[in-house]
Amino acid sequence: MHAKSSEHEILFRDSASKALLDPQLRANFRRAMDGLITKRRNQFPDPGDLQDLRHLSTAIRSRSLLALPELLEQFEANCTKNGIQVHWAETCEQANELILGIMQARGAKTLVKGKSMVSEEMHLNAYLEAHGIEALESDLGEYIIQLDGETPSHIIMPAIHKNKDQIARQFSQKIKDAKYTEDVDELTAMARRVLRQKFLDADAGLSGVNFAVAETGTLCLVENEGNGRMSTHVPPLHIAVMGLEKVVARLEDVVPLYAILTRSATGQAVSTYFNLITAPRGTDEKDGPQEVHLVILDNGRSRMYADPQLRATLRCIRCGACMNHCPVYTRIGGHAYEAVYPGPIGKILTPQMEGVGVRHDLIHGSSLCGACAEVCPVEIPIPEILVRLRREATHEDVGSDVLGKGTGRTATEDWAWRIWAGVLKRPALYRVATWFATRFGKALPAGAPLIKHWTRTRTKPVPARRSLSERMRTEGANHV
Amino acid sequence: MSDARTAILGRLRASGETGPLPSLDTAVLERRQWSATERMVRLRKGMEAVHTEFLEASPANWPAVVRAFCDREGLNNLLYGPTSEAGAALAATWAASGTQLMPYDRPVEAFKQELFTGVDAGFTGTVGGVAETGGLLLMPGSAEPRLMSLVPPIHIALLRASTIQDSFWSAVKVLGWGRSLPPNALLISGPSKTADIEQTLAYGVHGPKRLIVVLVDDLA
Repeated sequence: MHAKSSEHEILFRDSASKALLDPQLRANFRRAMDGLITKRRNQFPDPGDLQDLRHLSTAIRSRSLLALPELLEQFEANCTKNGIQVHWAETCEQANELILGIMQARGAKTLVKGKSMVSEEMHLNAYLEAHGIEALESDLGEYIIQLDGETPSHIIMPAIHKNKDQIARQFSQKIKDAKYTEDVDELTAMARRVLRQKFLDADAGLSGVNFAVAETGTLCLVENEGNGRMSTHVPPLHIAVMGLEKVVARLEDVVPLYAILTRSATGQAVSTYFNLITAPRGTDEKDGPQEVHLVILDNGRSRMYADPQLRATLRCIRCGACMNHCPVYTRIGGHAYEAVYPGPIGKILTPQMEGVGVRHDLIHGSSLCGACAEVCPVEIPIPEILVRLRREATHEDVGSDVLGKGTGRTATEDWAWRIWAGVLKRPALYRVATWFATRFGKALPAGAPLIKHWTRTRTKPVPARRSLSERMRTEGANHV
Repeated sequence: MSDARTAILGRLRASGETGPLPSLDTAVLERRQWSATERMVRLRKGMEAVHTEFLEASPANWPAVVRAFCDREGLNNLLYGPTSEAGAALAATWAASGTQLMPYDRPVEAFKQELFTGVDAGFTGTVGGVAETGGLLLMPGSAEPRLMSLVPPIHIALLRASTIQDSFWSAVKVLGWGRSLPPNALLISGPSKTADIEQTLAYGVHGPKRLIVVLVDDLA
């Protein structure tokens, strides 16, 4: 769970440092990320084709966003025509209430879930369980972490932080009649046995939405396991949740986005299933859900939309390539972010959803190396947006609508800048300060307050014995 | 929640500076083109790489090929759609002994438990294939319900080589999926799989454990 109030706030610096000390965790992530980087690279043998596909994907997402309100209305009208009932939620609370209401109206008590990051954003499982409804994750990775009461550490591979020994122990303890085995096929078979019964019995199924097609009123779902199809086609009631940015104009737009999504995410040319859902069970059909509901969630997205620079955040197709290639994420894993969305995309999403002042050092935990932007299939300038959010956190710019702007200031930083400005404004004081710094700066211990944060991982800088302006005065300038 | 709808759309509209729409260059999607025979080879290669099994057949003998597979595997039954073209053709010559043909002719509620625990395999047609990445295109519906290709542990799919397109892009155009879509349409590239445990591939996690493509060479 992420911290909501500042008194419980865990600094990113602290959680990241703790994660760095866990060799098992680091080994698990290193192996997994190396594998994913290689697999992705192998899917793009021609750099020219990759760039063309990226530019096309970026253009499609940008076009969709430019026409977003119109596309959403067209999408809603077509869904309604097809028999999909559309609901709108401004906040996660509203979305949770809507889903509970839909389930209660049908007397539904159990829910099987396909993978959905928006439902994680809503903390839907906890909400439903508090209202007496069992919400069971059916994606294998999500199922594994739900057994342990954990949150996903990666948006595509939620249980990537665990190795098979850990999962073997967990299954043998938590699944009825399960024997201890480290065989991945046997572990998978155990989960299959448990979850098949759940699909059969469930009153309702929930899914996310990878792409929403306005022209046809279609929900597109990308998956390998088949649990998404199970969740959306077996129970009599299907509820889908999506962020409002997911809509595109035409099915044709989905084709390149789908191609670049699977390649960027898991290094697959194509997923096992690409499922296009356009309507509930028709009068002549024998299966499929009798009712399909769709909840469209805002949760800060319309605010991101309003800002010309931050709007690019909404281009994201949730492939996870930015985290796979991030030198920070690779070393600390997803949980250290203490947020629903970890990694580079999370670093720009979380502050915009919850406020830039929440865990105020999160936006600073990046070297701005640019690997994320380089691999992003829709060319989101993540480092630039991070820098922008850093500014927003300490300024209250007029015209900016960033949530929590100016709330990331700390008293120490404020005072440091005030002193700095005071010194620079007064030439006499500046000269005295420079004289002291050049003569005695060397004597300052590396462990002195404030300085120790810098010197903990770096050598202490040694000031020159005389400042540049002093030397200019005595030696003169040599204009070449 | 029409209040939420009004508020959200109002906010989006208020901030919509309508710049010029970026143009779309789709040339990258059209670079890959092959002959019909090459398409068949590519599709097969792509799908075999993810554990799909192939049975070769001719337009005349494919029902016999399906039958031989069922006998070889010792399947008790095979779920099929009696009103679909492929289903009807299969039933026309099916011998009464051995593997029983089981029609999907009732609402799923009437036999859900049996579908999950008592069906060995499901047989469906396809509306096309994708050569570039390997994949089958299905349009489940009244003749071939949605769960036939999902719940039974083995899915047998009939694919005519002449319906294989270069890419998903060309398939969407040829099938006319752009303008309107059936209640459910589907791309399938292999049996159900997962890599959620240590990135180790495991097949048959939720959906079919095996996908058998009966590839009918109708190119001659």
